[in-house]
Amino acid sequence: MSESASQPANNPVNSQIPEAAKQLSGSQIIIKLLERQGVTHIAGVPGGAALPLYDSLADSSTIKHVLARHEQGAGFIAQGMARVSGEAQVCFASSGPGASNLITAVADARLDSIPLIAITGQVPQQMIGTDAFQEIDTFGLMLPITKHNWMVRSAEELLTVIPEAFRIALSGRPGPVSIDVPKDVQTQLIDVTEWPEPAVAVETPAFDEQAIEAMLAKIRSSHKPLLMIGGGIVYSGATEQLREFAEKLDVPTVQTFMGLGILPDDHPLSLGMLGMHGARYTNYLLEECDLLIGLGVRFDDRATGKVEAFCPKAEIIHVDIDRSEIGKVKNPVLSIQADVGEVLTLANQQLEAMQRPLWQQRVEQLKAAHPLILEGADELFRPYGAIKAVADILDDTANISTDVGQHQMWVAQAYPFNRPRQWISSGGLGTMGFGLPAAIGAALAQPDRKSVCFSGDGSFMMNIQELATAAEENLDVKIIILNNGHLGLVRQQQTLFYNKNLNAVKYQQTTDFAKAAEAMGCKGVNLALSEDPMTDLKNALLEHGPCVINLPISETEMVYPMVAPGGANCDMIGGEAE
Amino acid sequence: MSAVMTPSETTERLQQSVLKLTVNNHPGVMSAVCGLFSRRSYNLEGIMVRPIQGTDGAQSRVWLLLNEVDKLEQVMRHTEKLVDVLTVDRHKLEDSVFAKTEGFFKV
Repeated sequence: MSESASQPANNPVNSQIPEAAKQLSGSQIIIKLLERQGVTHIAGVPGGAALPLYDSLADSSTIKHVLARHEQGAGFIAQGMARVSGEAQVCFASSGPGASNLITAVADARLDSIPLIAITGQVPQQMIGTDAFQEIDTFGLMLPITKHNWMVRSAEELLTVIPEAFRIALSGRPGPVSIDVPKDVQTQLIDVTEWPEPAVAVETPAFDEQAIEAMLAKIRSSHKPLLMIGGGIVYSGATEQLREFAEKLDVPTVQTFMGLGILPDDHPLSLGMLGMHGARYTNYLLEECDLLIGLGVRFDDRATGKVEAFCPKAEIIHVDIDRSEIGKVKNPVLSIQADVGEVLTLANQQLEAMQRPLWQQRVEQLKAAHPLILEGADELFRPYGAIKAVADILDDTANISTDVGQHQMWVAQAYPFNRPRQWISSGGLGTMGFGLPAAIGAALAQPDRKSVCFSGDGSFMMNIQELATAAEENLDVKIIILNNGHLGLVRQQQTLFYNKNLNAVKYQQTTDFAKAAEAMGCKGVNLALSEDPMTDLKNALLEHGPCVINLPISETEMVYPMVAPGGANCDMIGGEAE
Repeated sequence: MSAVMTPSETTERLQQSVLKLTVNNHPGVMSAVCGLFSRRSYNLEGIMVRPIQGTDGAQSRVWLLLNEVDKLEQVMRHTEKLVDVLTVDRHKLEDSVFAKTEGFFKV
């Protein structure tokens, strides 16, 4: 977990003894502890019960506050920072609606294992339980969607809770935590004589090294093995180890949605993404494999399809840091609860290169017969064409985020991801509205990289207000809206599975997104009105600054292949080679 | 406990397991445990909680009666992940707190 361990800045704020032992308020203690953790940005929205917190934050010389236009935006901005950096990131909100507006971003972080620390104001303790103004049971609401959460009852407790929050968010399988701080705790004065050490991730779990030998023996003796790699590899910082492992053992590799970018797009062993929108040959190979090695994956239903029909001929090996994932969906013949990077590092020490000519021949055969069909890849105003055009203009330094829907799946299928953490998308929760604020977070954390967000006209509306935040911070954020005037993925499912009974999917009132962008201080480009759309796209992407690019597509475009929800992965619709 | 059990009662018994938890004693722990069971739709048949004597109120003992034979291992793994849960152990139904208090749960 070295990559995700936070690196507190080595500066005077980290001296363990306060300059002079003095009385500090709870809110001053919070800010000081966050500074000592190395936090540089906090996204948030202030409010009544968070006033002391914001009063103290104003005094910080090392933390910059980013004023989101909605608390959900603040949560996703912090997520964007965390997703590209691997470090725990912080968002602030007030009590009541401030806290409840954060919920979706916190739940999203939970499902995608993102280290997010949500700090909320709460009404004073003596008013809790009285239905006070802007009172809500934040502790109860956050409980089922966090790794752990607290309601802090004294300023003293903050000295243990804040470092503990970072420790838990970063340790093992990362995830969100939340800290609810009543206003009277924020204002309570206490003597602080010593600061706690900034927290880092605890050591990864010990594991039986002999299990590695057993795993390798199984892989060597199998005839048709496949690797299934996911977010765990990214969070463990184990990309290099994985590549060496796969190459030496010559094992074809499928990537989960969260694992895109671990193997470069054109890597000979890469079979792309598996599951609901995976290529036909990829899902067919999973049907045939005799051994599936899941590394840092959780066998999500979008990846497996109908579980009983997933890899029907294969034994499963499962390596994951979260013990409760092992056996949750698939029962492995061999499992290792460990940091996947440590397992691969040890495994690589004892690897002799081998080759699987027969199996690779079969892979090539299926790939040739059932390739991923990217229809319209050379037409700008078609989904794959738009994505390819953007990818051709950019290089691998760009961070690519998406919203949720058809555009997200098209990008997952077609964008050439070539490094981990290049791909930022809401996987488990599938939150429309994720894209723009996450792209803002990516730009804040890595200002030297372009932050490019593919969105749809449905998703983009759900957090469009954050355009003002992007303009205020003058961030290099580009949003490409694949605009079909519809909720495209719902339309697709109604078309395929509900007798084309299209209901509540067409926006009767269209929105001029380029003008909306300009209204909020961003540049707006409408390619529908362009005389030379390709040049306008290129100029818009390459100049600095926030910009919305509207790119019209037909509402009849579909994401293919598609496995029906609940169906077996071998039963794909569409996407067949002619 | 009645001496003679009907066949359906016997089947029910075979489906039941008892878990013994040691947890940090502070507000929210009960919510965390019960919430885990409801959101993962595990069948929780009984719960008994009291502070552990001699820990100065720092720890509580939670007894859980479950109707989850197949998922028991998963239930235990998820329960162990809760930060405030210190230990999780299986316990026999026969001499458990549930067997001994059955008289309090009759019509």
